[in-house]
Amino acid sequence: MAEEKKTTIKKIRSAGPMRQLMADYFKELDEASKTGSPQIAWCTSVGPAELLRSFGFLVYFPENHGAMLGSSRMAPDLIPAANAIGYSPDICSYLTSDIGSYLRKNTPLTKAFGMETVPLPDVLVYNTNQCRDVKDWFSFYERELEVPCIGIDTMRQIGDITPEHISGLIGQHKALIPILEEISGQKFDIDRLRETVKSSYECTKGWKKVLRIAEKRPSPITFFDATIHMGPAVVLRGDDRAVQYYETLNAELEERVANGVGAVDDETYRFYWEGMPVWGKLREHAEFFAEKKSCVVASTYCNSWIFEDLEHEDPFEGMARAYTELFIVRSEGYKEKYLENMVRDYNISGIIYHDAKTCPNNSNNRYGLPLRFSKSSGVPHVVINGDLNDLRLYSEEQAKTQFEALVEQISEKAK
Amino acid sequence: MTQKKKNDSKSASSDRGLYCGVDVGASATKLTLIDAAKEIRAMVVRPSGVDYAATAKECLAQALSEAGNASKLARSVSTGYGRHNVKYADASLTEIHCHGIGCYHYIPHSISIVDIGGQDNKVIRLDDTGQRIDFKMNRKCAAGTGAFIEEIALRLGVKIDEMDPLARRTDHTVRLSSFCTVFAKTEILAHLRRGVDVAEIVRGAFMSVIQRVVEMDPLDTEVVLTGGVVAYNPIIAEIFSEKIGRRVEVPPHPQFTGALGAALIALQQSTNE
Repeated sequence: MAEEKKTTIKKIRSAGPMRQLMADYFKELDEASKTGSPQIAWCTSVGPAELLRSFGFLVYFPENHGAMLGSSRMAPDLIPAANAIGYSPDICSYLTSDIGSYLRKNTPLTKAFGMETVPLPDVLVYNTNQCRDVKDWFSFYERELEVPCIGIDTMRQIGDITPEHISGLIGQHKALIPILEEISGQKFDIDRLRETVKSSYECTKGWKKVLRIAEKRPSPITFFDATIHMGPAVVLRGDDRAVQYYETLNAELEERVANGVGAVDDETYRFYWEGMPVWGKLREHAEFFAEKKSCVVASTYCNSWIFEDLEHEDPFEGMARAYTELFIVRSEGYKEKYLENMVRDYNISGIIYHDAKTCPNNSNNRYGLPLRFSKSSGVPHVVINGDLNDLRLYSEEQAKTQFEALVEQISEKAK
Repeated sequence: MTQKKKNDSKSASSDRGLYCGVDVGASATKLTLIDAAKEIRAMVVRPSGVDYAATAKECLAQALSEAGNASKLARSVSTGYGRHNVKYADASLTEIHCHGIGCYHYIPHSISIVDIGGQDNKVIRLDDTGQRIDFKMNRKCAAGTGAFIEEIALRLGVKIDEMDPLARRTDHTVRLSSFCTVFAKTEILAHLRRGVDVAEIVRGAFMSVIQRVVEMDPLDTEVVLTGGVVAYNPIIAEIFSEKIGRRVEVPPHPQFTGALGAALIALQQSTNE
């Protein structure tokens, strides 16, 4: 009988400490928002968080809120509110669901952490290394909340990073200082910035270790686990608590490796996920792949929070380099080379490209890369159509049929 | 619809039982019974309806009856969107896999299979050994699928089975530009207002389906067309051939290639046991 079976996802014990850490982080933000102290900076996911922390700001990341709106499946109900005030359903669904959340006064932070609203900002700081949408997103709140919006405009489609790229970005980072001094009333302190950057780099090392342990066979962690456990690397980089958390998580994963415990029982096939997660379907996807004895072991997305260039004697150059080295900012040639390395390192059987309708910059299937790469590497792929947050753009049956057909194709070839 | 093939019970092959492939598609459920010699013993198609499990069961009962009362079922494999609903299936595989096996059975060399189904399209490329090279599915949109044809037929007030003969009445093809089925219907309104012959619009609808398919893949090997849309509208293969400037193959019983592939897999799995 061909009934679909549900597979139990193996729980990671460290999820408990992580939830507590995230709860502490949001509690601090909530209290600061209510009392006005310390000040709060909103920052794009790969914006200059270290610089902001060096001024004593607590840092809140709206993209993290976007992911929560997606994983809680609140997004499809909230996006229409943003559409109705002129934000197209075709633009970033993090943006539209977050603005919809603001307009409808409905946030997943209430259920998760007892917060009435998102923490209110004293300053909005972007880096367009993710996309132009983040700037438009923050501009909405600049108008709505009458809060200054400043930031860094990063170049796109970069092949080799040149000194000219870096000097321009260093200049942009430094240009933020007088504005942040004025808002915070604090004098810029290079030593505090160095300490914060150092802590951020230590966090990167811990997070990288988490992701690289998935090179082991069987892998002790899946991409779907990693999308959850990346929380501290996203919102608390530059804070030593994130460093400590990854020590805890790595110890647990090393224990799994020592005991031969894989995240997926009888791991047979190993996949790479290119593009955004479908946040509202993480559990279903995790169960589906586990049922097929398949482990999604690596992804571009989770690796996008590794900032090795932060290790630099000049923290400004470190930040400028680290936030420009990113996959999302780079040329197609760089991306192909990057995938080649990942396929080799993780021993990948197949690649899943997620074409997220509202996220062109994270949908790397649109300029012929999957066919070019499959041809050069011999690694098969599928492209699934969906979205990070807007589940109205995702067809469950079609996606699952494609996943399953890819598994069949690989297993046939292996015979 | 029931089709019976080579139902001579004297075949020694049938002594080993029959092998069933059932393709529960979004629109129709197709079932093929074969014997150990890979001869087709029965083919049944029914609308999938709302109860996939019941429809699959009814198809099997009808097929076994057609194949002869003494027939016994050795093994079943299900495929299609409703594959997991088939209670009697011993295994299930995707329709992408099964279409490949079914087509290669008839055309055993490197091919690009274009399956135009009720709600999706697939392009499946096989190498000379029948090994799948890759596959693609249409984006989640009815453009270029059977659902598009059904919508257009409804707008024109033409029955589905009248579309093929209508399209054959003309060599002129109206161009329908829109990707969107609803907007295509609006385009049709404009054509009707201008007094364009319905036959030309029907031909235009078929061309629109083909256009959506050729946008999916370079189709650089021999093209094999399958699916219910082609089975009921064989003119699509002719227009397709004109469009790409090459001959297009249609295997026997193009609506049943997925079901046949599933049945062949059932036989193979049984042999391997």
